[in-house]
Amino acid sequence: MPTRQCSLCRRETRWGGRFAAQCFLHPPARSVDAPRGQCYNRLASMDAETITQTSGAARAARAAQAGAPCVLLFLILTITVLTSCRPAGTELGSGSTIQNVGSDTMVNLALAWAEEYAVQSSETSVSISGGGSGTGLAALINGTIDIANASRSIKTEEIAAAEANGVTPVEHIVARDAIAIVVHMDNPVDRLTIHQLSDLYSGVITNWREVGGADRPIVLLSRESNSGTHVFFLEHVVRRGDKLDKTLFSRDTLLLPSSEGISTEVRQNPNALGYDGLGYVTPDQKVVAVALDPAGPFVLPSAESVNDGSYPIARDRYMYTVDEPVGAVAAYLEWIRGGDAQAIVAELGFVPLE
Amino acid sequence: MPRLLWPNWALYRWNKPDTGTVEKEPIKRTWQESLMERTIRVTGVSAIVIVGLIVLFLIREAVPAFVQVTPAELLADRWYPVEGYYGLVPLLLGTLLVTVGAAAIALPAGLATAIFIAEIVPRWARDLLKPFVEVLAGIPSVVLGLIGMLVLAPLVRRFAGAPTGLTALTGSLLLALMALPTIVSVAEDAIDAVPASYRNAALALGATRWQTIWRVVVPAARTGVLTGMMLGVGRAIGETMAVMMVTGNAARIVTGPADLFLPVRTMTATIAAEMGEVAQGSTHYHLLFVIGFALFLISFVVNLAAAAVVFRQTKRSERVMS
Repeated sequence: MPTRQCSLCRRETRWGGRFAAQCFLHPPARSVDAPRGQCYNRLASMDAETITQTSGAARAARAAQAGAPCVLLFLILTITVLTSCRPAGTELGSGSTIQNVGSDTMVNLALAWAEEYAVQSSETSVSISGGGSGTGLAALINGTIDIANASRSIKTEEIAAAEANGVTPVEHIVARDAIAIVVHMDNPVDRLTIHQLSDLYSGVITNWREVGGADRPIVLLSRESNSGTHVFFLEHVVRRGDKLDKTLFSRDTLLLPSSEGISTEVRQNPNALGYDGLGYVTPDQKVVAVALDPAGPFVLPSAESVNDGSYPIARDRYMYTVDEPVGAVAAYLEWIRGGDAQAIVAELGFVPLE
Repeated sequence: MPRLLWPNWALYRWNKPDTGTVEKEPIKRTWQESLMERTIRVTGVSAIVIVGLIVLFLIREAVPAFVQVTPAELLADRWYPVEGYYGLVPLLLGTLLVTVGAAAIALPAGLATAIFIAEIVPRWARDLLKPFVEVLAGIPSVVLGLIGMLVLAPLVRRFAGAPTGLTALTGSLLLALMALPTIVSVAEDAIDAVPASYRNAALALGATRWQTIWRVVVPAARTGVLTGMMLGVGRAIGETMAVMMVTGNAARIVTGPADLFLPVRTMTATIAAEMGEVAQGSTHYHLLFVIGFALFLISFVVNLAAAAVVFRQTKRSERVMS
């Protein structure tokens, strides 16, 4: 293949074919996230902020459109984005990076916040990873990260470990979450107590007749046993918060791999009884009102009933910091409690703070 | 049987061909040729090496489980690893029930379809039907699982009178659907390869068409038919995604065929559902590898049985022929 000159950087290149006019570092502008005519090298040195504005999916789609050679470019671009985001933004010479690690069930939420925050504030970038609430808190106590995400509140052992390390973890509630009890639309049952739910899920009650429904067998639906929702439900509903209680889910409980599996079954099976995060409940399922004791009050899950504490199967989502936050971390937490971030909370199916 | 376990090294002549015969003009071996030969040899050997490494890895990851959990715990009737219940019996029985159910549906149906396509319909219809059956094999199992969840499960609930549609039967039906193309395709090829002289001879002796098919053609194609069946059953045992979506995954103890109408949890679904979240190096993690190793053993035994059957029958038919 004859060598040619790249039309943008005047470098000799052996790249031919579709990109005959330019070298492989300089493909036609439409294939990368630069305005037409702009050089890819300039793009690579642009701020992380400009690059993160275009979503990964859009980038991937465009890279796919531009054909195979651009996959290479896409990779280079991605690496550029990663390298420019990761090392504390020092090379870019602006702002700081917040390290945020923790709960897997909050990863999507944390990512959405970080992306939105990167758009709104160019000075701070936030790097997110999962690993579980325990992992996040352990890293926080060891001082390797700035914020730990947790879907449970900190344990006494963890507080003790932190104090032994000379730090005080501070709790910030950043979102709330309710677990809704769902049944088929035609099911006459519209209220259950926590006690009844416990009996239902441990297999003591096996017919809808016993809780005021039709004479039908009960099909119990649950998420897989490794999901946080499953564990929360086991501890707070099946065992009713009693730590010594060793009751388990009934053997006949169907463990479905996804929320979609639960909603599909609830939609079509009049025998079904399921539970799921409030955000995953679709209008074609019937939500059951829940009460702590038979005298009531029976409450339906909603943003209001979760926030005023009247809905019994709800939990908070936390972020922990070492001591009272200052500077960029404080600003980030302040922003999270604000309107824009809480709108994202609602979008992702959690309950926003009031 | 011993010949199966130990390769007949005489078949593999790694050295140069012996020069005892009359020396002809030596075949010119270009460097491309020897390069290709080496490449093929390396890929062939690497397949064996990779399988060996997989087995070693499975064993290495599974062994700690036997130290951490007593055999009595492993044979208990409850699988709930989050709380330390490690009984594997419900999972084994679940896999057994779903696979046997699938085989009971797919084997007769597959053989019947193969006979129909190869022997009964005219040639042009065969050319049309066979690709259709083979396209069925190309449907991703997630798509079939979705169809099973949305279409098959409600039908099973309505017509079988089960409390839920997510049952072992739904899984068996779906697996049968997935095993069918393999069985039909391989068995049909084998039946089609039976020489026309066999059919002509049978018909000349006064056999009816059905007698010819059932007594002459199918037995003559037995090796291929059995291979197809074993491949189909092998696919059924190993299938994960579709099964996880439609069997309900309740780790119940299976007591009999009536449990076809109730949910079960299979070994493959357990690995797929739990491996993603398990803490590396925990007892639970090692137990998932125990399940994986058990699955490996099961499919190994199925393949060995198939090989033994095929091997024996070729020998007998060869004897009859000669």
